[in-house]
Amino acid sequence: MIDVVYFAWVRERIGVPREQIDTTAATVMDLVTELTAREDRYALAFSDLDSLRVAVDQELVDFDAPLVGVREVAFFPPMTGG
Amino acid sequence: MRVSVQSQDFDLATALHGFGTAKNTGATVTFTGLVRDDTGQLDYMEIEHYPGMCENAILKIAQDAEQRWGLTDCLVIHRYGKLNVGAQIMMVATAGRHRVDAFDAATFLMDYLKSRAPFWKKEVSLGGASSEWVSAKDSDETALKRW
Repeated sequence: MIDVVYFAWVRERIGVPREQIDTTAATVMDLVTELTAREDRYALAFSDLDSLRVAVDQELVDFDAPLVGVREVAFFPPMTGG
Repeated sequence: MRVSVQSQDFDLATALHGFGTAKNTGATVTFTGLVRDDTGQLDYMEIEHYPGMCENAILKIAQDAEQRWGLTDCLVIHRYGKLNVGAQIMMVATAGRHRVDAFDAATFLMDYLKSRAPFWKKEVSLGGASSEWVSAKDSDETALKRW
């Protein structure tokens, strides 16, 4: 089980801020592929990976990052702080 | 060094009390970001954040700035939640031996906070007619390259 969290329009498209996903995905990209195949709302949220960022255990990573031992994955748009 | 991610407003004078008091401080710079309304149509801004990651990301950016410019003090306050037009969103303060260090470190902090601290701004127009997530600009990413 892995905690998956979503922010901003990614959260709005998926419809929940956080969920537990039962997965054996080896990388972030594998998880994206798995969720995309699951339901349209995921396919919609993950349709353009260039406009998405991902963090693994609260550290920014690339989509090929491994998920071994990871507790939390977060998907969100490019940040707009400041 | 102090970092605070909070919903409540801050008072500049209170926040800066005791800031940069080390004897080798020769310059302090402060910057405050406000909710701006360019069109006269903005009701308020909603800032979403990633608790935990926000604090850690800002701390790391502030530590980088401290080390790079030999800062004698550094303060970052960033708010989240519903912020009305004119409200203070965030502030940075830097203290260094010389003004160039304090100015450059403050600009560096702002550039990195903009695109590496997990905050997202949504603009809600008057009467709730529309609400839109603010898009990151290519220039935000370009701004990082100068450092």
